[in-house]
Amino acid sequence: MDEESATEPEQSEPPGDTVIATHGLTKRYRGGQLAVDGLDLTVPTGSVFGFLGPNGSGKTTTIRMLMGLIEPTSGTARVLGRPMPRASRTVLPHVGALIEGPALYGFLSGRDNLLRYDAADPTADPRTRRTRVAAALDRVGLTAAAGKKAKAYSLGMKQRLGLAAALLQPRRLLVLDEPTNGLDPQGMREIRSLVRELASDGTTVFLSSHLLDEIEQVCTHAAVMAQGRLITQGAVADLAAGVRGRLVVTTPDPGDAARVLKEQGAADVVVTDDRVTAEPPDRDLAEVNAALVTAGVRVRGFGLERASLEDAFVALTGEGFDVAG
Amino acid sequence: MSQAEAVSSLRTPRLLWTLGLLRSELLTTFRRWRTLALLAVLAGVPILVGIAVKIETSDGSSVDGGRGGGGGPAFISQITNNGLFLVFTALAATLPFFLPMAIGVIAGDAIAGEANSGTLRYLLVAPAGRTRLLLTKYATVMAFCLVATLVVAVSALTVGAILFPLGDLTTISGTQISFTEGLGRALLIALIVAVSLIGVAALGLFVSTLTGSGIAAMATTVGLLITVQILDQIPQLHAIQPYFFSHYWLSFADLMRDPVYWDDLVKNLEIQALYAAVFGSAAWARFTAKDITA
Repeated sequence: MDEESATEPEQSEPPGDTVIATHGLTKRYRGGQLAVDGLDLTVPTGSVFGFLGPNGSGKTTTIRMLMGLIEPTSGTARVLGRPMPRASRTVLPHVGALIEGPALYGFLSGRDNLLRYDAADPTADPRTRRTRVAAALDRVGLTAAAGKKAKAYSLGMKQRLGLAAALLQPRRLLVLDEPTNGLDPQGMREIRSLVRELASDGTTVFLSSHLLDEIEQVCTHAAVMAQGRLITQGAVADLAAGVRGRLVVTTPDPGDAARVLKEQGAADVVVTDDRVTAEPPDRDLAEVNAALVTAGVRVRGFGLERASLEDAFVALTGEGFDVAG
Repeated sequence: MSQAEAVSSLRTPRLLWTLGLLRSELLTTFRRWRTLALLAVLAGVPILVGIAVKIETSDGSSVDGGRGGGGGPAFISQITNNGLFLVFTALAATLPFFLPMAIGVIAGDAIAGEANSGTLRYLLVAPAGRTRLLLTKYATVMAFCLVATLVVAVSALTVGAILFPLGDLTTISGTQISFTEGLGRALLIALIVAVSLIGVAALGLFVSTLTGSGIAAMATTVGLLITVQILDQIPQLHAIQPYFFSHYWLSFADLMRDPVYWDDLVKNLEIQALYAAVFGSAAWARFTAKDITA
């Protein structure tokens, strides 16, 4: 685009392996509240990218800026290599989005809702509209309820219809904000397999979720936000590996075991019934085990528990799921 | 192939496809229960007026009961002679309040209602395009102006034909015109009335871009309408009254003069164009720069 190169000569096309790239992205609302603070986010092409953070950490504001709904206060956001919100018209037809839950016309049927959203896209061919709507309904398992008024839908059905709207066209990027919200376990499993299926077709999926095990199950990459700032981003395996696992000793003598572990340099020793857990000390764990046995502690189990993404999350945000002020 | 090349090589919008949104918007608007209820109320007004006139004159007396005229909407005393006059009476009766109120509801809800239900964000990421969506909304509100006016006119013509005789009619200037020409003037008057509502439509659309609540936008627009109507009655304000969107509304009666008296009709069209330009631009400036957080 000519106008781009004229105004931002320093920003040449990013490499083709990045779908979303933000640089110093900042949003300060009119009240002075800083919602997003200098975000540098990089989403690789073909990844399933988990976007994590407590409520109020700026995830939705970020997604809205990426979708051109909110103008950033400063910084830039590029989606599919084009600047947002300026290139909305060329970028957004390739992006399917579910933002902060579905929004539907209650007085229209599920099918008519999709027909309307499809008509809003000027690049959507009206000749194939009905076929594509039927295919999208089928993909989310709503074919039987397609003729029902949307106001009669359950939350899970509305969520599915919102997903169907995101799947009306083949997309290069799917932005799904809490896609399994309101779904039953079976529905969640279906969505997860749908996400995997789409990803295997080459669609990049940008997924925000509160369910950490969900992210761990489907995502290849993740980013963690807290209080408007990006705390970390990278491959999910690396993130979890960044947090050390905990040493777990199962024993009928927990009191003695705890004492010996402390002597061996283990920190944060916690005793629950016959389980003693601790931060592993900086030495060969075989020696720690030997010290336990030498001290007469009867050991039933001794091992290192791998850190989950949740441990990583809590370690990084230090606040779990509490709402940030 | 870089992402940017991939993007530009794929789907491009086409002009005809762009109009799909307008078709969808018209369908959506006219399938709403609320829209149909408004149209039903508008269709009911001529029926009420027609029946009232029929009952009042069934004993052979004139409409104003011999009180010397001047009561009721324009042309009401002529209905018993010619049912076609019910069209003019019905339009004169609905134009000051019923018609603009209906427009205020539809226009006020146009953007704010979508924001309220959250559907606005999905239309915009579709991507509908903000300017395109606003133009579509305005075109739909204007289509509603025309449909609402025609509903009143057709209902009045039907009731008038059933209850009263039809035939050649006498203009305000006293000359006779044929029934066909009278019908032509009735259609022209309906169009002028529809155009008279453009100003309110633009005002309502602007208010609609200011808030995220459809109800608030409708109430504000109808409130402004009532305020302006009241201010237009206060003689001390005569200096600013010509700038009220409603000031020349009843000038459509001048189309029933022979020859037609154009001055106030033209002033009405000018005022409507001015309101459309000012509030249309304001709505565009507001809507294209707005953060969509709903």
